[in-house]
Amino acid sequence: MATTSKSSAPPRADEARVALPQEDPWTLGELQLGSRIILGTARYPSRQVLLDALAAAGAQLVTVGIRRVNPAAAGGENLYTLLREHGYHVLPNTAGCFTARDAVLTAQLAREALGTALIKVEVIGDEDTLLPDVEGLIEACRELVRQGFTVLPYTNDDPITAKKLDDLGCAAVMPLGAPIGSGLGIRNPHNIELIVSRSRVPVIVDAGVGTASDVAVAFELGCDGVLLNTAVARARDPVAMAAAVRAAAHAGRLAHRAGRIPRLFYAQASTPLAGRIGVAPAVGGPEPQTSRD
Amino acid sequence: MRKRIRVNGEAQSVDGGLRIVELVRRLAPGEAEGVAVAVNGVIVTRSRWHEREVQDGDDIEIVRATQGG
Repeated sequence: MATTSKSSAPPRADEARVALPQEDPWTLGELQLGSRIILGTARYPSRQVLLDALAAAGAQLVTVGIRRVNPAAAGGENLYTLLREHGYHVLPNTAGCFTARDAVLTAQLAREALGTALIKVEVIGDEDTLLPDVEGLIEACRELVRQGFTVLPYTNDDPITAKKLDDLGCAAVMPLGAPIGSGLGIRNPHNIELIVSRSRVPVIVDAGVGTASDVAVAFELGCDGVLLNTAVARARDPVAMAAAVRAAAHAGRLAHRAGRIPRLFYAQASTPLAGRIGVAPAVGGPEPQTSRD
Repeated sequence: MRKRIRVNGEAQSVDGGLRIVELVRRLAPGEAEGVAVAVNGVIVTRSRWHEREVQDGDDIEIVRATQGG
């Protein structure tokens, strides 16, 4: 599979090859990040659990929604202020937008409110599946790139769509593993791998992660980042799951760099056949080695 | 003279001469950061909140960051 040069530099020392990395640097738009995990901020049992989970995951970039100011909900600390106080970078989304026009206006409001050009673009096709409306998504992304945003599109796992988003100037492509909040994991790893192999920009699996192993799989497929929310927020123990996700990201990245074995249709013995007991020696010489190395 | 406007989807009748900054203060008192305003689908930057007066028929969205995935 052809992989283009991107994401982390090759390891420079033996320790880097075998140690769990403290920092695994990559660049998203103009943002330099050390963590490959992007966490959402929704559906946590409390603000404190959210903060503890973010810390346990080692996340540096977190997503937020943009919604009408609601006086009835006032009294809680301003989420944006809280996140900034704790040193997080904030990635606003256009969740709940069903048209390109709404997504573009939401992005503009987000840029004005938060002072960032980063935007996770969602243009949703249907309320039950929350799958992206590809036509609307491409239209919104094209316009937002034109307006100078750093566009991170939430897209499906179609490699053709991902390529279009890459070509029109998005700063990453973010294919879903499965529908938002479904916890179904990576439904089409082959497609994710195809997207990785053809993308010039970082690939971030976004949506559908259910547990830590899904995160490891994403990185083993060559993804640069994983964005998740429900898998942590709604776990029985969100902070423990956040820690698991962090470890899974490390494992997946190490495994990817280690270079896995190919998949075979038939078995290939690990233990050499030579010297087995109960086997008559061949006429004229010792038993041949039959390990197919 | 009263103006009929919509604020966050809700119809309101307000005094003429009312400025955007007043509407923001009513909804989000003391919230210095992380708020944005659009009037009729166009962003009104913070620097203009004190000057922009509401007009009859204005459709105003006042938003901020909330929890999201």
